[in-house]
Amino acid sequence: MIESNRLTAEQYEQNFSDIHPPFENKEAALVEANRCLFCYDAPCIKQCPTSINIPKFIKQITTDNIKGSAHTIFDSNIFGGGCSKVCPVEKLCEGSCVYNLLHEAPIPIAKLQRYSTEKAIRDKWKLFERKPSNGLKVAVVGAGPAGLSCAHVLSRHGVDVTVFEKESKGGGLMTYGIAAYKVTPSFCQDEVDFILSLGGIEIKYDHELGKDISIEELQKNYDAVYLGIGVGLANKLNIPGEELQGVEDAIGFIYDIRTKGYPNISVGDRVAVIGMGMTAIDAATQAKRLGAKEVTMVYRRTEAQKNCTQHELDIALLDGCKMQWLAAPREVIGENGRVTALVCDIMTLGATDHSGKPAPEPTGQTITLEVDMVIKATGQNPFTDLINKNGIENNRGKVAVKDNAVTNIDGVFAGGDCVNGGKEVVDAVQAGKDGAAAILNFLQPKNIASIHQLNSYSTDERIATQQPML
Amino acid sequence: MADISANFLGIKSPNPFWLASAPPTDKKINVLRAFEAGWGGVVWKTLGSQVKNVSSRYSSVNFNNTRMMGFNNIELISDRPLQINLDEIRECVRLFPDRAMIVSLMADNDKQSWHDIIAKVEDTGAHGIELNFGCPHGMTERGMGAAVGQDPEIAKMVVEWVMEKATIPVITKLTPNVHSVVPTGKAVVEAGTDALSLINTIQSVTGIDLDTLVPNPYVAGKSVFGGYCGPAVKPIALKMLTTIAQNPVTSKVPVSGIGGISTWKDAVEFMLLGSTTVQVCTAVMKHGFRIVEDMCEGLNNWMDEKGFATINDFIGKSVQNITHWEDLDINYHIVANINQDKCIHCGLCYIACEDTSHQSINLTYGKPYNTYSIKEEECVGCNLCKLVCPVEDCITMVEQRKGNEYLNWKEFQLRGLPLNDH
Repeated sequence: MIESNRLTAEQYEQNFSDIHPPFENKEAALVEANRCLFCYDAPCIKQCPTSINIPKFIKQITTDNIKGSAHTIFDSNIFGGGCSKVCPVEKLCEGSCVYNLLHEAPIPIAKLQRYSTEKAIRDKWKLFERKPSNGLKVAVVGAGPAGLSCAHVLSRHGVDVTVFEKESKGGGLMTYGIAAYKVTPSFCQDEVDFILSLGGIEIKYDHELGKDISIEELQKNYDAVYLGIGVGLANKLNIPGEELQGVEDAIGFIYDIRTKGYPNISVGDRVAVIGMGMTAIDAATQAKRLGAKEVTMVYRRTEAQKNCTQHELDIALLDGCKMQWLAAPREVIGENGRVTALVCDIMTLGATDHSGKPAPEPTGQTITLEVDMVIKATGQNPFTDLINKNGIENNRGKVAVKDNAVTNIDGVFAGGDCVNGGKEVVDAVQAGKDGAAAILNFLQPKNIASIHQLNSYSTDERIATQQPML
Repeated sequence: MADISANFLGIKSPNPFWLASAPPTDKKINVLRAFEAGWGGVVWKTLGSQVKNVSSRYSSVNFNNTRMMGFNNIELISDRPLQINLDEIRECVRLFPDRAMIVSLMADNDKQSWHDIIAKVEDTGAHGIELNFGCPHGMTERGMGAAVGQDPEIAKMVVEWVMEKATIPVITKLTPNVHSVVPTGKAVVEAGTDALSLINTIQSVTGIDLDTLVPNPYVAGKSVFGGYCGPAVKPIALKMLTTIAQNPVTSKVPVSGIGGISTWKDAVEFMLLGSTTVQVCTAVMKHGFRIVEDMCEGLNNWMDEKGFATINDFIGKSVQNITHWEDLDINYHIVANINQDKCIHCGLCYIACEDTSHQSINLTYGKPYNTYSIKEEECVGCNLCKLVCPVEDCITMVEQRKGNEYLNWKEFQLRGLPLNDH
């Protein structure tokens, strides 16, 4: 039975409270900050897609220079606050912390990053000043991590930026696509406000590309265009019964949770979530936290091939979600138009396929899960039609770029999920920086030196190869 | 089981661990608690002329997560009436006859004052007297404390007055606020002191409040120089102790070592450089008297392992191992070696060597982990990489002598041997 309002207000509050609580006080933060060895050419920096100078910002916490610490973080990653809550740090910075090699707990980098950035966002510290406006105008499509990261760098360089966003709030996936117990909607709003406080960035909400605006129009009115439009709805399963009432896609499910209020979200008694990526985990755990009696995650390979991190899987297991490994959806069964069961092929692993993982092959046996709701989380589709209609070169809908950001159309740049097909927030932030660098390069070929000056940090590798970076 | 008892000029204590003259030894209640906890002896907080203390009195230097790495005070000598102190000393000696009871004294600067107070102290049954020639604050303005200890002539005169009267052993406590402790040490030994103790606290400013711009400790908007002590001063104390142990005059008398002793290991180091007993203060002010348990057990276990039956078997053993620079063997040469199995790729050795030493470490780029190795031909064996390495025994220094024979600097010059060319 699918129904809403299953829990009391207190239960909702508890189930959706912060899963990674911050440091209780300064002393607790200092204990961890002081453990940091302050590595040279640190592995954690190399594993951060935005190359945050982690040892430096941690050192700054120990010297009571929280403002400097926050500046160090935001200078590399303007979404440093949100990333401290949503990054899969166990496979990025914290996963490479040298303490792992001593079989000791790594430095809680994310928690320390949150310590500095939350203060900055809460107290509205003015950490950056933009250069005087140089009269250049850039249009950014999409106010998500890629778009706003790009806009922030451009504005710091004196470019006037207009961002077109189809939703009524900024933040993109951060605001609309991540489990509420990781980042709250109000935090996302504060983060966007913090980014915009630089000035020089105007967001036009409720403006959708292809509907309210067109690329040609933007090209005409602006000196350059940046596309950070993300990806769209969940992949279809293409199996019988997919149209039954009770089959939802995870992106829409999470979007609703974040926009409509927990008691208004309907969830089944017994829910199957298809997929084993981060979004699948977010959907499964939140279904459970909304009051579903039983949640089963269905994945066609084994645990070894999962796309989510172990940490994420552990959250789902701790929430009581069941795992159905080696099962591929075959048919959704229904009665009176409503889901009653999910039939899956039982799979076995075969030879490695194009994805680099062993290909699941049907064994001929099936299993039937009695469920009244099915949530699809098997990846998202790029906006293929939109991309094609505008003549943008692409690879099965993913925008094709040179030098990290340059599309086939002169003056049009792109980055983030619409290019990579859907990666982490932190990857999109770096893509935005790369896009800004490419745009500045395009607009002012002689001004590239100032882009270098913007960087307060460099690695040996980058010095060696003279890669421009932001 | 080794015998860890001490015999200091006939003053016996079940272990060599005494509490230094300071707030922990100011009152009977503290001293009885210390004896119950197992301390071998106390030096009762300095008695003398009447004083009044201020508030606040202490400040400290913290380092990373370690509080009170250095400790500072502006407290004066005991501010309680003399008779109360004397009565309590008598009571403590009666209740714990097996513990050492030394009383610290700082009389007004005339013979009669010293003679009067010595008589009163001896009447309590105390076992010894310690002369406070070291207090660096408050008392110096009145011509006492460090004002005495900094002038060998005055110190000698006061010790002579004391020795005329005293019938129990006299320990003279030296101030470190001098270029060398030896001149005063020699003067007081020649004047007849039975023993020395060192160091007293070092004059200091521990820090400034960056909001109020007033240094600490804060007393109504002002501060004064205080006396610095705690783990931070230990290396300085050990050096001063060595100069006393190596001087032919001062080495004749026993020494009670003081200065940042927190553990049995610290105590052993002081004893290896000539201390018969050691005195502790900051460590108990941080943790309480209970730390003496591990000090006794640790000392005992170490002595058993090393085969020392009594503390006299190792006291002073390291004095001869501190020599003059020009007697060091120039042919001794070591180079660093990085154990790649233990290395955690933190790069601390590399950046220390590259920025501040001899550019003797190779960096081979890796993502995420760089590899570091030693350029043996460039390495001067300075130890810096080993010191900064956070992994025990990851970097070791391997001996690669430049020549078989012992060669010192004087001989090196005589032979006209070449200097380094890099």
